[in-house]
Amino acid sequence: MLLLLSIGIGTLAGCGVWLLLRARSFDTILGLTLLSYAVNLFIFAMGRVKTGAVPIVEAGKSFTLADTADPLPQALALTAIVISFAMTAVLLAIALRVRAETGSDHVDGVEPR
Amino acid sequence: MVGASLLFNGHEVIAPIVLPLVAGSILLLLEQARSRWVPALSLFATLAFLVLAVALALQASAGEVQPYLLGNWQAPWGIALALDRLSALMLVLTGAVACGALIYALGGDGQRGLHFHALFQYQLMGLAGAFLTADLFNLFVFFEVLLAASYGLLLHGATRQRLSASVHFVTFNLTGSALFLIAVSLLYALTGTLNMADLALKLPQLGLQDARLAQAAALMLLVVFAVKAALLPLYFWLPETYAAASAPVAALFAIMTKVGVYAIARMTTLMFGVSAGGATAGVVGTALPVLALATLVLAAIGALAAQRLSGLVAYLVVGSAGTLLLAIGLGTAGTLAAGLFYLVNSTLVAAAWFLLADRISAARAGVDLLQPRALAEGWTPLGVAFFVAAVAVAGVPPLAGFLGKALLLQAAGQTPLATWVVALVLGSSLAIMVALARAGSALFWKPDDGPGAPVAGAPAGNTASHAVAIAALLAAVLATSVLAGPLSAYTGAAAQQLLQPRGYIDAVLGARPVPPAYDVRKEMRERGDLK
Repeated sequence: MLLLLSIGIGTLAGCGVWLLLRARSFDTILGLTLLSYAVNLFIFAMGRVKTGAVPIVEAGKSFTLADTADPLPQALALTAIVISFAMTAVLLAIALRVRAETGSDHVDGVEPR
Repeated sequence: MVGASLLFNGHEVIAPIVLPLVAGSILLLLEQARSRWVPALSLFATLAFLVLAVALALQASAGEVQPYLLGNWQAPWGIALALDRLSALMLVLTGAVACGALIYALGGDGQRGLHFHALFQYQLMGLAGAFLTADLFNLFVFFEVLLAASYGLLLHGATRQRLSASVHFVTFNLTGSALFLIAVSLLYALTGTLNMADLALKLPQLGLQDARLAQAAALMLLVVFAVKAALLPLYFWLPETYAAASAPVAALFAIMTKVGVYAIARMTTLMFGVSAGGATAGVVGTALPVLALATLVLAAIGALAAQRLSGLVAYLVVGSAGTLLLAIGLGTAGTLAAGLFYLVNSTLVAAAWFLLADRISAARAGVDLLQPRALAEGWTPLGVAFFVAAVAVAGVPPLAGFLGKALLLQAAGQTPLATWVVALVLGSSLAIMVALARAGSALFWKPDDGPGAPVAGAPAGNTASHAVAIAALLAAVLATSVLAGPLSAYTGAAAQQLLQPRGYIDAVLGARPVPPAYDVRKEMRERGDLK
């Protein structure tokens, strides 16, 4: 599972960077979205990957570190998701405005000659 | 100061974050209703921020690091804020630059779009939070707050140039944020903590294998902060963005590059400092001063090659960032103290320059090309201001820019890079001086040769608040020269405090939660609500 997760994160990050390097706003925004997915999964994985473990300790039940999940990376990932989502929306709004003003979705606002 | 602690009852450390948050939220509603109280409230909130920052600086100058536990959770588990000499100094500087920028904006720029004042306050909140926090993830969140506000401010009164600059700026910073998150979560995976003081204790204890990963994370953090601070390979966004922003916004952005400088100073002295020990100590090494020197050279070339005044000013900011990062990268007590001294002066003068460049361009009918042109009336005060600002920024005696650079050269004498530092700092100062002299003679001489009819009457849109803002910022620059003694004593003490991170670590981790005024659980138990 760990291997699958790391391959997934790597693929997402690689695709994100590749798209980010293109000179079209649409591709760039898509690239940033993929990159932020990769980052969110990475944060989640940094809390150690466990299946069937809860981050909350129930009263009266005995527990060890092995069968509880770390709640902090989950909270960090949640914060990161909210922020990246909002920022993508901002960028999308700016890109749409540029498209309306210049009639081009090139990141410089002008088509290269 | 006793006054602040009496008034806020121990909560004064968080006040610079809460004040702009509350003011911004009220302004948001008032601006929606197009109330005429918006400028007054905005100005009041910004002045109050400055007063508060000065009070906190007086409090911090005693030398004690003052922690503040958010939500009353003890330090490594909850988020902590900490006020030391450096963060207090940055807060005062933020307040001063913000006051200048806001007063200038009241002269007309603030009305070009909705929500300028609310965004301005949120930017202040993000800046104050970034300077005060002692938690790495919290630093990320405050970076995002100030960036989100800066996107809005950059777009304020959108022009076509501004829009395309915004796309680049937002994309670049979003990529930086992704890198920040990767570095932060990597450090968390290795050490199990995000508190900067706790990280400073845990990082030296890592095994060799883990320390390599921690070094990678540290260098990723350096890249992220260098994006903000405009270090060599990562500064290309700055000239475009600053030239595109409206004048008061660009002036406020002068403090935004200093957030990166601050974060690098904090990181290289606290978590990855040489004194910390272990494999991660001093990981930044000589990379930082070498890149800073290269930044200085390119900033000088950029300033010489600038076709427009706004471009010239943007490269002045890059050059000052290079000098600051050089001082931090060399990392001795002397260079750090000199760097912090230079930081105060260079930030104030950069803010004054952006405002002044806008006035000069307005007096030339909106053209800021560095070519001779017919002069408008009311030119003399602009010329005097240009001269003072040029002297201050180029590092010519008698102003504080010179003192900062002299202190830096003196302190750099004992470091291995001394020859390069002396040669390149002096060389870049000379190049910047030549660029400024050339710009000044193109702008202010030869009134008869230029094309176009002389502009009759005073330049358009000149108001008292423009003059007050520029005069206030230049007066602040002069004040740093007059009060150079006390100021350099303060920055020297701040550098000492930075290089002895023990005090910071003990203060943050040793902070105890305030005991509750009354025990809710006990009360509930007695009432039978809780078993």
